Amino acid sequence: MKQLAVNNYHQETFVLNLGPQHPATHGVLRVKLTMDGEYIVHAEPVLGYIHRMHEKMGENRTWAQFMPNTGRMDYLSALSYNHGYAALVERAMGIEVPERAEYLRVITVELNRISSHLVWFGAFILDLGGFTPLLYAFDDREKILDLLESVTGSRLTYCYFRFGGVYNDIDENFVAGTREFIKTMRKRMPMYHDLVTKNIILIKRLKDIGPISKETIRKYGATGPVARGSGVDYDIRKNEPYSIYPEFDFDIPVYHECDSMARYMVRMDEIEQSMRIIEQALDKLPDGPVMAAKAPKIIKPPKGDYYQAVEAARGSFGIRAVSDGTNTAYRLKLRSPTFSNLSLFGEVCEGMLLPDALALMGSLDLVIPEIDR
Amino acid sequence: MDFAKLKEQLTELALLEEVVVEVPAAPAEGEGGAEGEAAPVAAEVPPAEERPAISEPDYKAKGFHLDVKVEADKVVETAKALDEQGFFLEAITGVDWIKENQLEVVYDYSCWQPLCRVVIRARLDRGAPEVPTISEVFPGANWHERETHDFFGIKFSGHPDLTPLLLPEDADFHPLLKDFKAS
Repeated sequence: MKQLAVNNYHQETFVLNLGPQHPATHGVLRVKLTMDGEYIVHAEPVLGYIHRMHEKMGENRTWAQFMPNTGRMDYLSALSYNHGYAALVERAMGIEVPERAEYLRVITVELNRISSHLVWFGAFILDLGGFTPLLYAFDDREKILDLLESVTGSRLTYCYFRFGGVYNDIDENFVAGTREFIKTMRKRMPMYHDLVTKNIILIKRLKDIGPISKETIRKYGATGPVARGSGVDYDIRKNEPYSIYPEFDFDIPVYHECDSMARYMVRMDEIEQSMRIIEQALDKLPDGPVMAAKAPKIIKPPKGDYYQAVEAARGSFGIRAVSDGTNTAYRLKLRSPTFSNLSLFGEVCEGMLLPDALALMGSLDLVIPEIDR
Repeated sequence: MDFAKLKEQLTELALLEEVVVEVPAAPAEGEGGAEGEAAPVAAEVPPAEERPAISEPDYKAKGFHLDVKVEADKVVETAKALDEQGFFLEAITGVDWIKENQLEVVYDYSCWQPLCRVVIRARLDRGAPEVPTISEVFPGANWHERETHDFFGIKFSGHPDLTPLLLPEDADFHPLLKDFKAS
C-alpha cells in the first residue's frame, strides 16, 4: 500500500466505490478505491458482473455452434473474435480459405476496428467532460454499422465468418460505400485533431498522466494500443502474421511517452492505418468464391492442442483449444486482451488523483463483457 | 531472446517421461484434403530410455513453438527462466482430465520479438490440486491464477488473495470441472 501523504497525520483513509453503475466504467466494472482525500492509496477492480462462462458454453455445443458466442465478448470489435476462432479451427483442421474470403475478412475486421476506435474516442472524451465529440464519432460509426449490416446482417454482434470463408459476398454498393466512408473519414480526422487533440484542456488532462513503463507492460502481459503507447512495437498482424496481412503496406503506430496521451495517439493513428489496409484490399480484391468448396460439413479437429492469436482492437486475443477428436471442444480458453490490460490498473493508479485515474482507465479502452467473458 | 539457451534451461526443468508423443500434423493437410474425419493420431514408437518431456511442435499446425511438461514444483523456476529471456505471460488456464483423475495447469508465454510461444504444463492430482504461484515473478499472473482457481479449484499456494474474481464472492463451486452440473 502506498505511503499516505505527509500531511495526513492520522493516516485516515476512506473507501470509495466506483461503479458498478458509474458512467466512466463503461458497463459494469466496480473499483474499490481506498482514498486519501482526492488521492488514491489503493485500487482494486472487482470483476465478474457480466460473467457468462463462455468457456463452459464452448464445451457443450459443437464447434460451429460456438461461433455466435465469439461475437458476444468484445461487442465493439466482434469480427476480430470471429476471425480468431475461425482461424483456430481452420488451423486445427487444415482448411484452406479462398483468397477473396481472406480479403473480405480483412476489410470487415478493419472497418470494425475503426468503428471500435471511434466509440472509444467518443466515450473517452466524454469521460473527460467533453460531450460533443461523442456525437461526431457516433455519426461516423453509424456509416460503418450500415456497411457492415449490409454484408453481415447484424450491426453489433456479428457472426459473419465460417470455417473456410465468410457467409456472404459483398456487392458494389458496399465497395462504393466503403470508399465514400474513407473519403469522409479522411476529412474528419484533421478536424478531430484540430478540435480535440490540440485542445489545451485535453492535453493537460492526458499528458504525463498514468505512465506505464515498458517493464510493467511486460510483467502484466498488456498488449494492443496500451503496449504500443509505451514503446512496445508489438502487433500480432506484423509480429505473428495471419490471414493476408503480410500483403498490405501499413505501419504500426508506436509512441514512447508511456502516458495516456500516447495511448490516445496510437488509436487515432490506427484509424488511418486501418483505412490504408482497407483501400489496398479494395484495390486488389480478387474474384472467386468466398467459401472453401471442400470445407468439411462436420467439424472434428484432430486430437491435440491448438493456439491462435489475432490482433483485436484492444490487443492480442488468443484462443487455446483442446480437442479430443469429437465434434465438441474439450476445452476452449479465451484469452482476452483487456483482462491483462486492466490488471495493471491497480499498480499504476496508486498515488494518482481520482480524475486522473479515470483518464487512465479511459485510455485503457475497457470493454467489460470481454474481461468477464 | 536466445532460443537455444532457453530450450536448454527448460529441458533441464522438464520432467522425465518414457514417451514423448510427437503429434504429427493433421494428415492429408497439404493436398487440399481437410477431410471431415482425420485418422486418430498415431504415437511415434516410444524410445526405450527416458527423455525430458519437451517438444517442438509444428508451429503452423499447432500455433506454438515449444511445449514443456514439468512437475508442479518447477513452474516458478520456468517462469523465472522465461522472465529472464524477456517473455510475457499470455494466460494461465486449466484442463480437467477427469478420466485420468488429473487436472492440468497450462501457462502460455509469448515474446514480443522474435515470435516465440512457449507452453508450460503441469499435471496435478485432481483430489488436491495445488501448484505454487508465479505472481511474484509475473504480477499479471495474479488475476489469471484467481480465475483458474475460480473455474477449476486449483490452489495456487503463496497467492496473496485467492478470493473469487469472476464468480460471485460466495461461490463454492468450480464450473469448468467436467463433473460440474449447473442447476
